Amino acid sequence: MRISTFVTSVAATLLLTASASAQTVGVTDTSIKIGNTNPYSGPASVYSSIGKTIVAYFKAVNADGGINGRTIDLISLDDSYSPPRTVEQVRKLVEQEKVAFLFQTLGTPTNSAIHRYVNAKKVPHIFVATGASKWGQPEKYPWTIGYQPTYDVEGGIYANYALANVKNPKIAILFQNDDYGKDYRDGFLQGLGDRADELVVKMLPYEVTDPTIDSQILELAASGANVFFNITIPKFAAQAIKKSCEINWKPLHLLNNVSSSVKSTLVPAGLECSKGLITAQFMKDPTDPQWADSAGFKEWSAWMEKNMPNADRGDILYAYAYNVSKLLHMMLNGCDDLSRPGIMACATNLKDVELPMLIPGIKVNTSPTDFYPIEAEQLSEFDGEKWVLFGDVIDLSR
Amino acid sequence: MDRPNPITPGLLIGFAIAVAFGIALPHLVSDFITYQFTLAMAWAIAMLGLNVLTGYNGQFSIGHSAFFAAGAYSAAIFIDHFGWGPYEAIVAAALISFVFGFLFGLPALRLEGLYLALATFALAVATPQLLKFDAFEHWTGGVQGIYVPKPDPIVSSISADQSLYYVALFIILSLMVITWCLLHSRSGRAMMAIRDNPIAAKTMGINTPLVKTTTFGISAMYAGIGGALFTYASEFVSPDAFNFFVAVYILVGSVVGGIVSIPGAIFGGLFIVFMPNFAQDIRLAYEWLPPPWAIFGVFLILIIYFVPFGVWGSLERLIVWTKRKVSG
Repeated sequence: MRISTFVTSVAATLLLTASASAQTVGVTDTSIKIGNTNPYSGPASVYSSIGKTIVAYFKAVNADGGINGRTIDLISLDDSYSPPRTVEQVRKLVEQEKVAFLFQTLGTPTNSAIHRYVNAKKVPHIFVATGASKWGQPEKYPWTIGYQPTYDVEGGIYANYALANVKNPKIAILFQNDDYGKDYRDGFLQGLGDRADELVVKMLPYEVTDPTIDSQILELAASGANVFFNITIPKFAAQAIKKSCEINWKPLHLLNNVSSSVKSTLVPAGLECSKGLITAQFMKDPTDPQWADSAGFKEWSAWMEKNMPNADRGDILYAYAYNVSKLLHMMLNGCDDLSRPGIMACATNLKDVELPMLIPGIKVNTSPTDFYPIEAEQLSEFDGEKWVLFGDVIDLSR
Repeated sequence: MDRPNPITPGLLIGFAIAVAFGIALPHLVSDFITYQFTLAMAWAIAMLGLNVLTGYNGQFSIGHSAFFAAGAYSAAIFIDHFGWGPYEAIVAAALISFVFGFLFGLPALRLEGLYLALATFALAVATPQLLKFDAFEHWTGGVQGIYVPKPDPIVSSISADQSLYYVALFIILSLMVITWCLLHSRSGRAMMAIRDNPIAAKTMGINTPLVKTTTFGISAMYAGIGGALFTYASEFVSPDAFNFFVAVYILVGSVVGGIVSIPGAIFGGLFIVFMPNFAQDIRLAYEWLPPPWAIFGVFLILIIYFVPFGVWGSLERLIVWTKRKVSG
């Protein structure tokens, strides 16, 4: 009798162990463990609003009962935007915390540092927060998938627009001297094609640590250019718009999407000076009055009011983070197979998903060969008060 | 206390225990923790370099991140561009860092105290931008950085993380012994004489410029070796990894461990790796606490307050005090 009890209990233990090991790391019947890194400190800490929103989003999801009966245990760690620190934190998440997958790890250099590691470990590395183009390589890196439209492709849109709308274009370019600036620049030059060398009359870099870019603007204006591609972050974009207005330089001014926020760029630059700016957008700018009555904006705004009442709702990063969190929420909701390959399959089979803060007509689409979820943008022109969309949604699918 | 410890039976026993613990450690903890200890040793080697320079030679540097980066990038470039093995690359990285440090030491001769600190600060600030510079991009990979594969295990029965840990342990122990010998030699006494009284040292016939620049070179070489090991553990180098904060971490670690000491560097390395993680963990557990770096700052202030000579310096004083009490 005793022996049989012993045998049954051993058998039961073995069975339990077997069924537990068959399950995915980080996934139980009641929870899913997800890892994230974000620069809560250091030079890029402005992006920490993304990390905070994602954490708040899944806290709210858990309060509503989780996803398919599972609570979301999201662990968001600080990497200070330092690549070796990202390696350390991601190893901690994967090897020590044993997360099922990684979500929205932020930054190009930081994600580059863990790119090979996560693919060697076969850990899904989903919707990374960077606009570089290298995240969509299914053959080489089947476990990493991007999220937003890539900078180089957006650069190409501006090139096409300039070629089609300006006679005898003479082009000036100002770019931030890092991966982001160079991605935009190279996409733009590629869009110009063989004539790039002849069309670009002046190209100047600046460092993110520079106090001002006034001298660059004077030099670019002196080149006699009639097209200006402005690849700068909000602080410098505002300076550039203001300075070129002051010296009465009026080229076709193409402003990269990174700085298209009405509140953080155009208001400081002066709304009158900002008239006629052209940009490409994929998200609703929360400071643009035309979206105030759209259903998506209301949904986001109500959520912010309830869950992050003290946050500055003019900051587009909150809308960005809400969108991508919602995308993951919807993806997990429809995902039956929560093994690691299963999670990857769900992330790479999204069809026409609409998100509240995406511009109408722009949808999320992925496939096992297309690892670029958002691949459309629409051009818009600033009328002195708001961005006015024009033309069709430009589908950049490659 | 401003001289390296003499050899006593107690010191030897302590050293033996530490070595035994160091050898056993990777078999007691996970690969991840082993890797964190490897990182700590990489930092500690750079801190040991700073201890020699600042603690024993009296020259200040808040620019050791530059030499750390020089070692890291040299190793990465030799492996990536020339297909060298990781261990040959470390030797090359050490030599390049030495030359770099020696050359920087030459103009630094004209600068004393705070002014030298400022010059090294400039070096630290310029480093990430130099690494991004277009003209060097072919070598440095520019903003994209370089991927460096982790060295294969030295014996097949252990993991790559464990193997790298033992390599780092071997290097740091060797460097500690070498440093101890150096400081007990004629040159070491010359270094300390310059720190204590440069004019008297010169009068006694010490070639002050040569000793100072060589010390700078040796210190930079240590930092470079640390940087190379750090790169192997992280498997990646990029300019953003070597910002000014790295120089501050090295200085903070040196002071926390005890800047006028050899073993103190190990405590400094452990502090820099484990304290920020610890601060983050307790913040995640207790959300009402201030942000992690504020917690880190509080711990730092407490340490400076309670162990003002660094962990090792204070241990030494404690031992001397106890001995005096015991012998009455």
